[in-house]
Amino acid sequence: MQSRRDQLTAALIILPSIVLLAVFVYGFIAQTVRVSMTDWGQEAAMSLDPEIHHVGLANYRELFGGFLNMRFRQDITNMFFFTLLFVSLSLLVGLLLATLIDQLIWGEAFFRTVFLYPMSLSLVVTGTIWRWLLQPRGGINVLPTLIGLPAGDFLWLSSREQILIFDWSHIFHYICIAAAVVLAVFAYGHWRRGERKELRAKSIICAVLIGISASGILTRVKLLDYPEAHGFNRALWGVIVAAVWQMSGYTMALYLAGLRTIPDELREAARVDGASKFQIYRHVDLPLLKPITVSAIVILGHIALKIFDLIFSMAGPDHVPTSVPAITMFLKTFRGNELAVGSAIGVILLILVSLLIIPYLVNSFKTGKE
Amino acid sequence: MKPKGVSKILVQVLAVLLAIAYLIPVYMTVVTSLKAPEEINLMTAWELPSKPNWESYSTAFKQFAPYLKNSFILAISATLISAVMGSLNGYVLCKYPIPGTNIIMPLIVFGMFIPYQSILVPLFQFMQKTKLYGGLPGLILVHVVYGLPITTLLFRSFYEEIPDELLGAASIDGADFFGIFRYLIMPLSGPPFLVVCIWQFTQIWNEFLFAVTLARPDAQPITVALANLAGGQAVSWNLPMAGSILAALPTVLIYVLLGRYFVRGLLAGALKG
Repeated sequence: MQSRRDQLTAALIILPSIVLLAVFVYGFIAQTVRVSMTDWGQEAAMSLDPEIHHVGLANYRELFGGFLNMRFRQDITNMFFFTLLFVSLSLLVGLLLATLIDQLIWGEAFFRTVFLYPMSLSLVVTGTIWRWLLQPRGGINVLPTLIGLPAGDFLWLSSREQILIFDWSHIFHYICIAAAVVLAVFAYGHWRRGERKELRAKSIICAVLIGISASGILTRVKLLDYPEAHGFNRALWGVIVAAVWQMSGYTMALYLAGLRTIPDELREAARVDGASKFQIYRHVDLPLLKPITVSAIVILGHIALKIFDLIFSMAGPDHVPTSVPAITMFLKTFRGNELAVGSAIGVILLILVSLLIIPYLVNSFKTGKE
Repeated sequence: MKPKGVSKILVQVLAVLLAIAYLIPVYMTVVTSLKAPEEINLMTAWELPSKPNWESYSTAFKQFAPYLKNSFILAISATLISAVMGSLNGYVLCKYPIPGTNIIMPLIVFGMFIPYQSILVPLFQFMQKTKLYGGLPGLILVHVVYGLPITTLLFRSFYEEIPDELLGAASIDGADFFGIFRYLIMPLSGPPFLVVCIWQFTQIWNEFLFAVTLARPDAQPITVALANLAGGQAVSWNLPMAGSILAALPTVLIYVLLGRYFVRGLLAGALKG
């Protein structure tokens, strides 16, 4: 029923966008990958006709195991802990807020507005405000003195303390343990729901991983020839608090939308069966919110992996304790003119984000078809 | 499932306490911005100013005016262009499925999730070669291109709700591609257009990475100016706080006045595939 002409018009209309995105997204990614495998940097970056050599994966090797790039490895560690804590706290606080609002007698619209307004702010504004709020001898730390309590003394952004310290040269060992723990959690879920087949598969893989890490084989595969300590910088708490303040309203909105789509008949049926209010929440509401949790983890997770503005404005790009790969990428590329190394960090970030986003996209476009 | 009695009050009290906690940064920002520099002191940071010092705002405004102007030019033009293109794209992808639409759509949407660090070096080179580097037109182009995935996605999911039969009827009546768009799609696009524009405006106004790497000082938007001011060492805090309020005002106003549409954009970005 659609004429040939109209179809041609349609194709011509969409063509510019497709070309632009093909170049600016995929073409540029390809170019970044190419640059990341060269030695383009410093003097060569300045000259008009730079002499650039192909160096394979040397930049990546340097970042993960080179003597000079200790900062990048702490960046990766910071990013890991920041993502973990920011995502889980945002989910938790968001769920709490949504549940609370769902139970309110009055002022629902008001409270929703209050909890969500930080989402409309720029991360730079949030960073600037919280930088002032988290001054070691002021702001949040002196808040308790207003009601006669002693002042807090936590160094929110400037702490140099590190906890959960591990040896980077044994990183594969720790990754293996982390994978085993994650699988064990999934396996526990399957066991509780009585999903035999999935339980068996996950348990076997988990057991194998535990076996591998217990055998200590992985401690021999070394990225570094010497021990190098990294850990969770407590200075990150400042960034985490500000980020959760900003984004928990978002998870609240997601959960609230989810709670509103749960049909009242379901809860009614549970009530007739004698379920208490808490039991209904636990066994009817929460399981139905699971898909939302998955979406929220993906969205928040990818934001956390590429976080830049907030840290830049809260602590500045030169403050190493709160640095992340995105910050170092900026410094290397635009201050150090190390274009190849900057590109390599960009590619690493892209890979990490893709691991999160691609399964999510594939899944949502598949189910969207039905 | 409303709670009763004591728990009712408890829930309400808890909500009030949490609301206070969420508003504390606003209080601190306003109070600090209204103090005279010599009155700003870490120990008395929570106290009200003895006399409101409105000068912070006039100074901050004078300092920020050119950057606010840049931000407005950037955000408004990039928002409108990307919204119009997104609307046409959404219409095509929804109603004129060209071969491979199933693959094209996820490929387009992936573009909105990528960390821009992974395209920044070639983008920087491209901007320098095309002489777009440093100015507002270049920044507008960048925001339009990287805004296309979300605007296309949002419009496509809105247009999916328009029944195909309606289009079929229109084309039998002799309406062609543009006729249908002009007389059928556009009149129905008011609310989605608002949602998309609010989303894009907020995103672009608040953006920092492109702004800090691709703009020369005279073309920098407000976020960069604010970060520079607050990042400087010898600045008294009333200025960055007043500046934060100026930088936040447009998006917060949009949020307060048009919250419903803001939230719709927020949710659509996550739940629709």
